[in-house]
Amino acid sequence: MDLFEYQGKQFFARYGMPVSPGEIAFTVEEAVAAAERIGMPVMVKAQVHTGGRGKAGGVKFAATIDDVREHAANILGLDISGHVVGRVWIELASDIAEEYYASFTLDRSARKHLGMLSAEGGVEIETVAEENPDAIAKVWIDPVDGLDEAAARAWVAAANLPEAAVEGTVDILQKLYTAYVDGDADLVEINPLILTPDGRVHVLDAKVTLDGSAVFRHEDYAVFDETQTRDERETAAHARGLQYVGLDGSVGVIANGAGLAMSTVDVVNQVGGSPANFLDIGGGANADVMAGALEVINNDPAVRSIFINIFGGITRGEEVANGIIGALERVRIDAPIVIRLDGTNAEEGRAILEPHLSDTLQMAPTMLEAARRAVELAASAGTDENREA
Amino acid sequence: MSIFVDSDTKVVYQGLTGSQGRYYGLLNRDYGTQVVAGTNPRKAGTDVDGIPVYATVAEAVAETGATASCIFIPAPGVHDAVMEAARGGVEFIVAITEGVPAHDEADLYNRLRRDFPDVRLLGPNCPGIISPGECNIGITAGHIALPGGPVGIVSRSGTLTYQALYELKEKGIGCTTCVGIGGDPVPGTSFIDCLAAFEADPETKAVMMIGEIGGSAEEEAAEFIADHMTKPVSAYVAGVTAPPGKKMGHAGAIVSGGRGTAAAKMDALRDAGVRIGLNPTEAGEHMADIVADLG
Repeated sequence: MDLFEYQGKQFFARYGMPVSPGEIAFTVEEAVAAAERIGMPVMVKAQVHTGGRGKAGGVKFAATIDDVREHAANILGLDISGHVVGRVWIELASDIAEEYYASFTLDRSARKHLGMLSAEGGVEIETVAEENPDAIAKVWIDPVDGLDEAAARAWVAAANLPEAAVEGTVDILQKLYTAYVDGDADLVEINPLILTPDGRVHVLDAKVTLDGSAVFRHEDYAVFDETQTRDERETAAHARGLQYVGLDGSVGVIANGAGLAMSTVDVVNQVGGSPANFLDIGGGANADVMAGALEVINNDPAVRSIFINIFGGITRGEEVANGIIGALERVRIDAPIVIRLDGTNAEEGRAILEPHLSDTLQMAPTMLEAARRAVELAASAGTDENREA
Repeated sequence: MSIFVDSDTKVVYQGLTGSQGRYYGLLNRDYGTQVVAGTNPRKAGTDVDGIPVYATVAEAVAETGATASCIFIPAPGVHDAVMEAARGGVEFIVAITEGVPAHDEADLYNRLRRDFPDVRLLGPNCPGIISPGECNIGITAGHIALPGGPVGIVSRSGTLTYQALYELKEKGIGCTTCVGIGGDPVPGTSFIDCLAAFEADPETKAVMMIGEIGGSAEEEAAEFIADHMTKPVSAYVAGVTAPPGKKMGHAGAIVSGGRGTAAAKMDALRDAGVRIGLNPTEAGEHMADIVADLG
């Protein structure tokens, strides 16, 4: 789950990190009212789940209320890399003496947490990594040990931060690590972390990605889930608890298991087709799950055929077959379906499907064969429509 | 021969009294696995179809001599369940459960290495392990695996693991051991752990590897293969056509910033001398060629 900047700052504030006072605004009027409450000058900042806001004109300094009105009007509705700005964060502007960078994420290769700290903040860390890798001080933290003050102090020294910034940074890094671990984050990043002319170290931006698997420990994260960026199909799938990624082809894909679903998407491409989606129905393929999956696929107007690819392990063949039959009784499917069913109790499953087979509900013995047929069906469905038109 | 588990492996199921634990525990027993015990502190003293239930893994080990554990506990309890198993004295732990938080996995990996260096964790979020004809722990359908070798399989994906077994069986090729390491960010057992074990196993003559997008486990495996493997390897990497920045179901399967792509992984493996299939069937065909050349 990606947080907006303002949500990230609120998250950091819970762990005692210094952030600027601010308010979220959905309209120009709200932005103006917020600025009047906060006091001038303020920053007007687009809230989107993507980078490059500044370059796109999504971050502006406002010295007066008129500036706030003008910038908010320009930024709200702005398209930043396909993300339309629906809300702006109005925040008291800060004086900046220096800009740093700090982050924690999981280093999967090292199986440890990776902390990165640099005196060269305010720019993309990837650029710093490429042009001046020595400017990034890295620490690998064993999750069992955590990050104590001595380690944080040595790390800040390694990053060559000026004396004036040391105490504040040591304090913030420990709090940031606590937020990262206790908050079950995949990533916490402050860029820039600033030193003000009066000597305070302060959080000026926040990028936070939370681990969706850890929601059971954090009931309050539901609020972040509501603000995720998803297209209409993805929203429908998410509401049904399905793992769905929208693609732009014509073959709807339903498979069990992420690997098999990815592989199904690959195979459809390999035989010359184009998948409309990735959809992993996970372990249990009962009628409810299958009906939900078919509904999601069915609502996608681009879908011309559907490829259901199930290999039974945790899912038993007869459950899958009954699920498909039950779902078809509940959902009227427009596109022809090709099913490939293998694995645990596959024969029992195929026997259940057999009497229901027709031109629009077919079964194929292998993954490749099923993909070919689904792609053919998608192609001929497209042709039929062209003829009618 | 096999790696990690064989006919002598005695397994205690943590969560045997739950619906999933019971279903797969009994299925594993039917396959021939020595399912010696279950645990549930609230149901100690009862049994599941004749399998005794104990309060803790330690008790189960003391009473039955269990050497491995299989975990069918919901995600919030997996961290504690793994540590209980390690403290309880088993040497091999299979965690099937999906949806375990990444921080729990990172902590488990490092905690086990420090306090229980001889204990191996497989998973979480994995299908388990099967040494066909000897032992099946987890959710793999036993009948799709042909016993006898000469191929060892290691896979990051559950259903593709079954697909790989099935492709080989269709060609009459057996398997020494098939290990599903799972697709999560910090798996207890890595490709390299399995490749090293297969390299050392005299019955395994070739290895089939199933990878997927995200992370750098395949690239690390390629390095290991180039430096340490004498046995031939075939591989398939899922997610060739996955769009960047999108999570493909697994916590691990995401392409970010051009890193972790299927193309990069396939290149690294190819450079290490691995024969790459562009789909699971083709990887199976490559393996059939390799096996035929073994003579």
